[in-house]
Amino acid sequence: MLFHRLSRLGSRIVKELPRERHFSVSGMRVLQRSYSQYLQSSAVTQRQSRTFQQAFFSSNYNLCTSFSTISETEKINVIFVDKDGEEIHIKVPVGMNILEAAHENDIELEGACECSLACSTCHVIVMDTEYYNKLEEPTDEENDMLDLAFGLTETSRLGCQVIAKPELDGIRLAIPSATRNFAVDGFVPKPH
Amino acid sequence: MSKFLARRLVTRCFSSRPLHVCIVGSGPAGFYTADKLLKAHEGARIDIIDRLPTPYGLVRSGVAPDHPETKIAINQFSRVAQHERCAFYGNVKLGSDLSLSELRDLYHVKHGLFRLYLHMVLKVTKILAFQSLGGVFSAREFVWWYNGHPDYSSLKPDLKSSDTAVILGQGNVALDVARIFLRPTTELASTDIATHALSALEESSIRKVYLVGRRGPVQAALTAKELREILGIKNLHIRIKETDLSVTPADEEEMKSSRARKRIYELLSKAAAAAKGTSEGDCGQRELHFVFFRQPERFLESDESKGHVSGVNLEKTILESVGSGKQIAVGTGEFEDINCSMVLKAIGYKSVPVNGLPFDHKKGIVPNVRGRVVSGDISQTEPGLYVCGWLKRGPVGIIATNLYCAEETVGSISQDIEEEGVGKGEKEGSKGLMQLLEKKEVKMVGSSGWEKIDAKEKQMGIDRNKPREKLVTWEDLLAAASADS
Repeated sequence: MLFHRLSRLGSRIVKELPRERHFSVSGMRVLQRSYSQYLQSSAVTQRQSRTFQQAFFSSNYNLCTSFSTISETEKINVIFVDKDGEEIHIKVPVGMNILEAAHENDIELEGACECSLACSTCHVIVMDTEYYNKLEEPTDEENDMLDLAFGLTETSRLGCQVIAKPELDGIRLAIPSATRNFAVDGFVPKPH
Repeated sequence: MSKFLARRLVTRCFSSRPLHVCIVGSGPAGFYTADKLLKAHEGARIDIIDRLPTPYGLVRSGVAPDHPETKIAINQFSRVAQHERCAFYGNVKLGSDLSLSELRDLYHVKHGLFRLYLHMVLKVTKILAFQSLGGVFSAREFVWWYNGHPDYSSLKPDLKSSDTAVILGQGNVALDVARIFLRPTTELASTDIATHALSALEESSIRKVYLVGRRGPVQAALTAKELREILGIKNLHIRIKETDLSVTPADEEEMKSSRARKRIYELLSKAAAAAKGTSEGDCGQRELHFVFFRQPERFLESDESKGHVSGVNLEKTILESVGSGKQIAVGTGEFEDINCSMVLKAIGYKSVPVNGLPFDHKKGIVPNVRGRVVSGDISQTEPGLYVCGWLKRGPVGIIATNLYCAEETVGSISQDIEEEGVGKGEKEGSKGLMQLLEKKEVKMVGSSGWEKIDAKEKQMGIDRNKPREKLVTWEDLLAAASADS
């Protein structure tokens, strides 16, 4: 319900934008505060000194990126290798997770639990150990899910937990061929 | 590259011809299969039928109420159900409303995905399987009770006779049930647990839960996430015998080949070490006991209340290697009892056969080759008939296992369309189904009916600060489905 009210507020703000100079100062501050509550982002409060119009458009854009830069979002090269061995080259903005990047590029990587660390369907294999070592250590929660991944390897990670950063430029990620593993490992009982 | 394109063109030519598919069962296996079929074949028109008026199978009725993130998969399923080439038909039962042969007449491809449960079948002794005492339930019944399944809302388990419940089994279902017993009810109150269960749990006197497994900590079927979760419950005392944690060379081998087992063993060891310091039994404190190397021999009947369980007689076991790294439990002839007023059997499921489908009673599956149903010897494939999910593989695996299972079955279907002529010929599909259901006066609940149930449950949930308040009787569900919007 709060969301609904805030989104209506948001659309009202957009309509009022050309007339913003008629807002009272306190009125604008109230709108900014509501909007920043919605975003829950410190980036918005940093922009309180700017005009509201600028704040509205740029905070959205900066959500996925680091708060300190306003320049063009840096992108890295990521190469997916699908089950048939075909390579798909994509560009991923720094700060985006690999599962989201795959979906934006129509790559078939499942994400059943939508990034809540409750499944292992976004399992990817980092093809080069060098790149694997550049990743942050998986948390216990991620490891718990990886335990259940099909075709688990030494360099497996959950795609939703791999966040693009400049050092990962050129990383190659294989999407495991689960069907092949499935038929072969079919006898292994998996827990419920 | 061109070979790839050519392949795509060929499949397109075949795919745009209408392919009428009926999927029986609307759980994960059903929806993942529908999803992949829709993507693989532009001409696929899919009808998903389910005995219940509500879709999603075990995701709705099996996943524990305090695991909402596991239910997120429903978002993908509902997108599939809303696809223009897909339709959901609830409250339609194969067997009583429709026969398999009627479906085969209407559809090119018929897909059986249901995993019909029997009572838990204890593989240990026949006596246990047939002893029917009050207070002894299959975990499935108990789970369906607290999840508001319309067939089990009036189960009325007695949670006030004593402070102890014994759960046979140490898989994730056993952990789910233990957690529901032991979690503070204030935490359960804001989940989608059925209200009748929440009320019963608020008055429950159960404080001690025993999880009994016939093998050791290295062989326990639970997984790390669930174990970590239950070990982390506030004010819950964990009891594990240190002697149970000693590891044999065979155990070491098992842990070497499975990092999951190794991590679980480490978690249990840490929990046992942490528990060593704490005091025994403050009255009323909640306790979770992991009991290893015990297999159930028989249930004990109460003297005060006849016909009701008062305990479980357990036989101590040791492990024996049977080759290929597997160890089984063997009885030692030594016995001991645990007193309790409730026993839940959480040691596995078994499917029941369906009229018209061949069935392997030993494995509890429909005999198949990569999803194609076969009868008699393996060379006799039943044309147009496929299985996916537990009916294909046996009742094991997680939700995601069905993703890969569906991929394999849909692969077989696609191959059969190209090579075996499945999909040729005129079939009526949905139109025929609707006519048949009308003729038989079956009150089908379609997607719009389900949406009404869904909206009503969510609305009722808002009033109680829950994500939804489930409708738990057939009458209420069907009434909500046919209410005027």
